[in-house]
Amino acid sequence: MSETIQRETEVSSGETLVDVENLKTYYEDGGLLSDEPVKAVDDVTLHIERGETLGLVGESGCGKTTLGRTLVQLESATAGTVEFDGTDVTKLSGSELKNWRRNAQIVFQDPESSLNDRMTVGEIIREPLDVHDWKSPRERRQRVRELLETVGLREEHYYRYPHQFSGGQRQRVGIARALALSPEFIVLDEPVSALDVSVQAKILNLLEELQNEFGLTYLFIAHDLSVVRHICDRVAVMYLGNIMEVGPAEELFADPANPYTHALLSAIPEADPQSDKERITLRGTPPSPRDPPTGCPFSTRCPAKIRPEKYRDTDDELWERIEVFREVLRERDRAERSLSERARALIGMDTRFSDVDEMHEELFGDVAVPPSIQEQLDAVEEHLRDNDEAGAIDLLREEFGSECDTETPAHHEVSAAGRTSLCHRHKDEHEEPAEFFTHTVFGEQ
Amino acid sequence: MSMQSPRERTAGETVLSVENLRTAFFTDKETIRAVDGVSFDVREGETVGIVGESGSGKSVTARSIMGLIKSPGRVLDGAVNFRDRDVLSQLVDSNRKRTADVAGLSDTERANAVDEDDFAFVEEWDGDEPADGYIDVTRVPDSALRTLRGNGIAMIFQDPLSSLNPVYTVGNQIKEALRLHQGLRGQAATEEAINLLEAVSIPDAKRRITEYPHQFSGGMRQRAVIAMALACEPKLLICDEPTTALDVTIQAQILELLSDIQEERGLSIVFITHDMGVMAEIADRLNVMYAGEIVETAPVEEVFANPKHPYTQGLLESIPGRHPGEDRLRTIEGDVPTPNEPATDCRFAPRCPEAFAECESVHPVSVPVNEGASDHTAACLLYPDDQSRESAVETHRRRGEDSEEALNE
Repeated sequence: MSETIQRETEVSSGETLVDVENLKTYYEDGGLLSDEPVKAVDDVTLHIERGETLGLVGESGCGKTTLGRTLVQLESATAGTVEFDGTDVTKLSGSELKNWRRNAQIVFQDPESSLNDRMTVGEIIREPLDVHDWKSPRERRQRVRELLETVGLREEHYYRYPHQFSGGQRQRVGIARALALSPEFIVLDEPVSALDVSVQAKILNLLEELQNEFGLTYLFIAHDLSVVRHICDRVAVMYLGNIMEVGPAEELFADPANPYTHALLSAIPEADPQSDKERITLRGTPPSPRDPPTGCPFSTRCPAKIRPEKYRDTDDELWERIEVFREVLRERDRAERSLSERARALIGMDTRFSDVDEMHEELFGDVAVPPSIQEQLDAVEEHLRDNDEAGAIDLLREEFGSECDTETPAHHEVSAAGRTSLCHRHKDEHEEPAEFFTHTVFGEQ
Repeated sequence: MSMQSPRERTAGETVLSVENLRTAFFTDKETIRAVDGVSFDVREGETVGIVGESGSGKSVTARSIMGLIKSPGRVLDGAVNFRDRDVLSQLVDSNRKRTADVAGLSDTERANAVDEDDFAFVEEWDGDEPADGYIDVTRVPDSALRTLRGNGIAMIFQDPLSSLNPVYTVGNQIKEALRLHQGLRGQAATEEAINLLEAVSIPDAKRRITEYPHQFSGGMRQRAVIAMALACEPKLLICDEPTTALDVTIQAQILELLSDIQEERGLSIVFITHDMGVMAEIADRLNVMYAGEIVETAPVEEVFANPKHPYTQGLLESIPGRHPGEDRLRTIEGDVPTPNEPATDCRFAPRCPEAFAECESVHPVSVPVNEGASDHTAACLLYPDDQSRESAVETHRRRGEDSEEALNE
């Protein structure tokens, strides 16, 4: 590889290449008995500048891959627009769409399954050229040879099959295929997650070299945050189909604004056994994207959730238990009931959901519950005994909920560089998440 | 937080000692020496990490400890000695013929006292019952392995979905383990299963045990698998990349859970991963593996602060974020070789930035990195670094020949 390539400090030109507005991608069963759709991407607005690398991070199932696939039109959007160089590509079809696809390519996560084992590496890389009828067959073969060199493979690899290559080499083949038609924009869907750390470093270096050489724009999807910090100019943090925070990478890592970003960053294990960093351990798992919480998407797990005025001084441990209680009820509400259980509930017999006292003992048995809260809990449990779970959940929300449970927060601007964060705590009347964590999680010791 | 405490604990007795273990796979095309002369100890309540790239032999080491190597693989030689009084007396009771009485014998006398098919070694008797001794897992027959697995050693695999049966409820699967190993049935087994799920922090356990694996999320499944592993109260838990398939937030929960359980039950853990960050968090001691061999062993702080073997150094250097100012990530040139032949040179030499002529003719053995470091060894001709290079090379050559002779006898 050429030694002269130096990464410029400012690669992006400030000109918007991809502009995403209110994008929604839902998966529907389309059947007669279909449930709510899976809201994989739910109202995403962001832009990607020409020549930059935008990182997209989040837990599995948060919709980051769907968003990436929608941007290159492998999934069709349910609503919203994706403007590429001023053209709304969600409206394209037929030959227009095919032509546009030359500009936008994707590299997939798993190099084992994204290459056809029955084609030679040369054929795999040549396929996009064949599909788009690029120049003459001879020139195509020549182009493939150049591409092999570009990604650090050798010309003689042309006639080999994918199984003869290691994971890192296969990922290079995937990258060469994406580069074949000289695209402007490449979606990298977890390109290094399946690779060992030393191989991963080589692929990341290659990606940076290619970006500088060809002026590429990347959307880099990953769940490894240290990789993202290294390679990205800006980062978007995604949770349950929503962008929670988006802004310049260094700033976001050094001084996160959103509570979810705080939690995600503190969960990265640091390669330093001496580190005494405090960790915010999130409880449970993200809710189902079929049935996202009303209000803030992160409200069911948020460690910095706003409490109603009168419960501000309640013991943290007890508050945590109340949140778990709500989580358990929501979970039960979502769990499918078998027909026989429905029947038993109808005729008033015991169901497996009716062990209220036991649950109370398990959750609140070892914490002191003040009478005012006990009264509320009793009322909730009364509903449960009557097999009225929805009523119990509503009552809990009314009593212990706050604006986090009811209103969708706005994207507040949190820095001069245009970073935005989706959280009620950025309103003037509340404490900022960073301050809140300073005197709770980080201040305990 | 809870992560810090295990390091302060003084390590107890040795629970497991792996001695010069060699495991190879025999295929038509070639012999793959996946584990080639690996030795390490695990003490009570300690977490020992094994780290390395794919293909370095980490998982095969773990499987050899569990007695899970199947044809075409075979444990060629070496010993995996597991010490636990309960398991020992259970196995001695049912296998009197295959028990070797080595009480009060010296090492040379031992060799004569042991029959070909002995697997239990009793070093001290308490009347008719064994009071101290060990079991060599590599010699245990299949019939006795069931007692050992579960009761003595349990294992957690990388992908929780493939360790669970999709057509049985989670409760059924935990109860199966309880029935087979502890003889619990019916209501008693159900209650114990609920307790176990609660012990791994699954909320609403009573309802959860009636659900199927597909109704659990990834993190929950791994918790359920941990609950199953704990069902028989093992003394040693082997975790083979238990968090690799999970998100960081869930990984943090599982790591926290494992160290809580370890503290509660005094478990010893062998933890395998390729993620240096996870290692830094959970391990007390670290073994770095490369092409079937352990190239460096030291307490975890020592490995991260003073890595000695050039491979360990390269591995740490390639983690993004180690050198914040640099644009390019540092890499190790080349790929991990497949070990086909017995080593006569340093397997890392072709990729090593510090290789010199002797590296291609002398096979390095594990030596202390310098005179004062009893706890830090590396298999590299550069060490011990307080000796001159010639005398260091000579040390490796001599010790290499000694062990070769021992093998040939």
